[in-house]
Amino acid sequence: MSAVPGWMVLLALLLAAVAPAESRAADSPETKKRESSEILIQNAIVLTVTHGTIEHGSILIQDGKIAQIDASIKAPKDALVIDASGQYVMPGIIDCHSHIAIDGKVNESSISVSSIANIADVLDSDDIDIYRDLAGGVTTANVLHGSANSIGGQTVVIKLRWGQPSAKLPFEGAMPGIKFALGENPKDTNRDDGPVRRYPATRMGVEETIRGAFAAARYYQSEWDAYNKKVAKGSKNLIPPRRDLRLEPLVEVLEGKRYVHAHCYREDEILMLLRVAKEFGFKVRTFQHVLEGYKVADELAAAGAGASTFSDWWSYKIEAYDAIPYNAALMTRRGVLVSVNSDDAEEATHLNQEAAKSIKFGGLSHGEALKLITLNPAMQLGIDKRVGSIEVGKDADLVIYDRDPLSAYAVVQKTLVDGQVYFDRQADLANRPNLEREKKMLLEKEKKKAPAAKPAATVPKPADTEPEDSPDSRGVSPKNLPLIETQAAANGAAR
Amino acid sequence: MIVAFYVLVLPFAMANRSAAQTSESVYAITGAKIFILAGDPIDNGTLIIRDGKIAAVGVGIPVPAGAHVIDAKGLQVYPGLFDPVTQMGLSEIAAVSATVDDSELGSFNPNVVASEAILPSSEHILVTRAAGITEVLAAPASGGFDARSKPEILGGQASAIHLAGWTISDMLIKKSAAMVVGWPQMQTRPADSPKGAKSFADAKQEYDKQVQELSDWIERARHYALALNRGSSADYQPDLKLEALVPVTRGELPLLIFASREREIRAAVNFCDARKLKMILAGGAESYKVKDLLRSKNIPVILLPTLTEPSNEDDPYDRLLTQPSELAAAGVKFAFGSFDNSFSRRLGQQAANAVSHGLPYDVALKAVTEYPAEIFGLGDQLGTLESGKVANVIVTDGDPLELTTNVKFLFIKGQLTSTDNKQKSLYERYLNRPKAR
Repeated sequence: MSAVPGWMVLLALLLAAVAPAESRAADSPETKKRESSEILIQNAIVLTVTHGTIEHGSILIQDGKIAQIDASIKAPKDALVIDASGQYVMPGIIDCHSHIAIDGKVNESSISVSSIANIADVLDSDDIDIYRDLAGGVTTANVLHGSANSIGGQTVVIKLRWGQPSAKLPFEGAMPGIKFALGENPKDTNRDDGPVRRYPATRMGVEETIRGAFAAARYYQSEWDAYNKKVAKGSKNLIPPRRDLRLEPLVEVLEGKRYVHAHCYREDEILMLLRVAKEFGFKVRTFQHVLEGYKVADELAAAGAGASTFSDWWSYKIEAYDAIPYNAALMTRRGVLVSVNSDDAEEATHLNQEAAKSIKFGGLSHGEALKLITLNPAMQLGIDKRVGSIEVGKDADLVIYDRDPLSAYAVVQKTLVDGQVYFDRQADLANRPNLEREKKMLLEKEKKKAPAAKPAATVPKPADTEPEDSPDSRGVSPKNLPLIETQAAANGAAR
Repeated sequence: MIVAFYVLVLPFAMANRSAAQTSESVYAITGAKIFILAGDPIDNGTLIIRDGKIAAVGVGIPVPAGAHVIDAKGLQVYPGLFDPVTQMGLSEIAAVSATVDDSELGSFNPNVVASEAILPSSEHILVTRAAGITEVLAAPASGGFDARSKPEILGGQASAIHLAGWTISDMLIKKSAAMVVGWPQMQTRPADSPKGAKSFADAKQEYDKQVQELSDWIERARHYALALNRGSSADYQPDLKLEALVPVTRGELPLLIFASREREIRAAVNFCDARKLKMILAGGAESYKVKDLLRSKNIPVILLPTLTEPSNEDDPYDRLLTQPSELAAAGVKFAFGSFDNSFSRRLGQQAANAVSHGLPYDVALKAVTEYPAEIFGLGDQLGTLESGKVANVIVTDGDPLELTTNVKFLFIKGQLTSTDNKQKSLYERYLNRPKAR
């Protein structure tokens, strides 16, 4: 983070001093509700994902976990009762590819093996996208490094505990990951702001970069193994091997202690990585985007690799020209564990709608489509014992919709994480006049002291988030709308 | 019997990427619920298509002898959807500049015309119409998809096209449907970087200069129009740029002005008002702040996708989802736009998301059919199912705004048109891939 300008640090400190995250929701009714240790959701249509649909059901939540699921449950004394008559409850949405809650840029693009970088070090609990995605029913996100490098930074799974400090965001016990990237982005194709090129510049070079890194990691691992064996046998005064923070995460991959999430598009590069993984004896946990996964679905299934893809994005670059909206369905039919992800803070707010498209394109059932954003990504992230379905003993990460979530008309009413209401549409609506008033007051205050604060007025505001691919593939983002100056366009996300 | 014949023939007809014109171009869609949009839906209705036009629509209309009959019992009929801002046919693969022809160099190119560069066999056309979109406006998007180039101010002329045809002349609805303007932005810093920040005074100076330039162009075009009226072509030196602006100065060709912020929208409205120019607002992220002004000046809006992040961090999370209902309540006419090619097929989804945030359903439906047609002066030809109009018609198994609805039959200019495309054929090819060993 040495590249962070001083003013940005200053601004961050200032913001932290002015608005500590914990105080944000203090004393609000929302906070009180959150603190209830017992919640009963009544009269709902419950989409359990693993045990079908309960047409009229109740869910009792105790200490953040699902304690009971039944047609009707008597409300315990002091429990917060949520009447969800006519509404749908489903497991919280799990976004297997997200770049929210990252402070600053998402790419350490200076070197092609940047496994030293760790997203967990730069989590930003103040990112408004956490709240917006919560309002779209997302409760868990796999937060990834960008795709500028063959081997990118370390990744972290978070829960969207809006209002909690950064240290409280990581999903306890979730396996950490590492981002790989294949194809156009790591080979630096889409950079057109000058002749700056770096190795690798071809898919051959990407393969070689990954092989080279794992060859080094395997040797490094053997050095430590030999050292540890000698120590175990009682040798003393040995000089340990020099620590290599770049290779350590790769050794963890070799030892099955860290998942590989590989950004990719084309069929050839998918099979390439499977060959490299086989050579070095590691698994690719998920192929991300994997828009040509449908061409090599059998190979993906045979390797036990998951696939996390987009619903209907295509043609923003040449490696996305053969993308088809049938991808999720076709891979599912061929036995691949598939999820639908967002890669974009806005897209994440309607992943339920994106999953529904696999019913139209490829004929998945309602239940199969629902799994694409719940149980399947939970399995891909190794957290399915905790989340991904509505079952007794699982975390009470739930979304309540006003109608079938696989409809374009469904609107999130409440989102619960760990049995606490983190988003409540009615509370949000009710609070808007207060926020308006507060904003007005702050503006007035600012106006009054404006003459004295002359230099501050020229301090530029930092961009909230950086596109994943920036700066190497500026302009390949399908959401960059012409001439429309929106945050989404500026953020440009991440393909 | 006719139906059976039809079912056999259909796959062959559908195999043609663009339906060829045949002499037997009479169709009867029967037994459907017909959403004519010019009035209440018709249950168990019949719609007759003859020679590219809607010949009749109603209950109990006799089926003409020799007509192809489509038994649409249980199905629904709507006008085809109209996407009013795309770069259809002008851009194939956004990141491959050799395939992108949607913006010229330079800031003032009123003389370039979209239809001169539209690729009729673009894959985007086939994919988009499979979603029930039968016509679009293809716009020279100032600044391009990615704002790599400096935003243009006069981007060129947008063309309204049908999404089927062997050549551009088959496809053309209106060659010059609007003049694209990228309203200058007052920016103290670039959108993506704190580098290159400038003071407000400098930014304003640059902005004022750009607006003045635009004003000068309009003024010169007025003078040019006077010369046109008076002399023969030998009397003045031809200037194609000014000539292209003449219909704008006469209020015949609308300016399609891309602007997002309240300040820019107000400035653009006042600019056009003072010069008696016809204006359509495009984008309009902050239209809700100027809805009364837009209504009072009768300025329609092509709204940016509802599924877009709010512009400001402190905006309500659903800021762009509720905007359509606010505009509708204020009496502002608007249409939904994709502002894209690959996401054009999300047009219905964009509209549905406004419905779930307060927009009446019938307004949403009109905002993807009737209103865009009206906004570009094509309301007499398109947008509703009335006899005499061009037969751009879709037959669906449900609500065309819903995610899981399928387009069963698609008519463009009265021709039964294929919904096959590259994506469908790739799907079929790999569905049938033998199991890998």
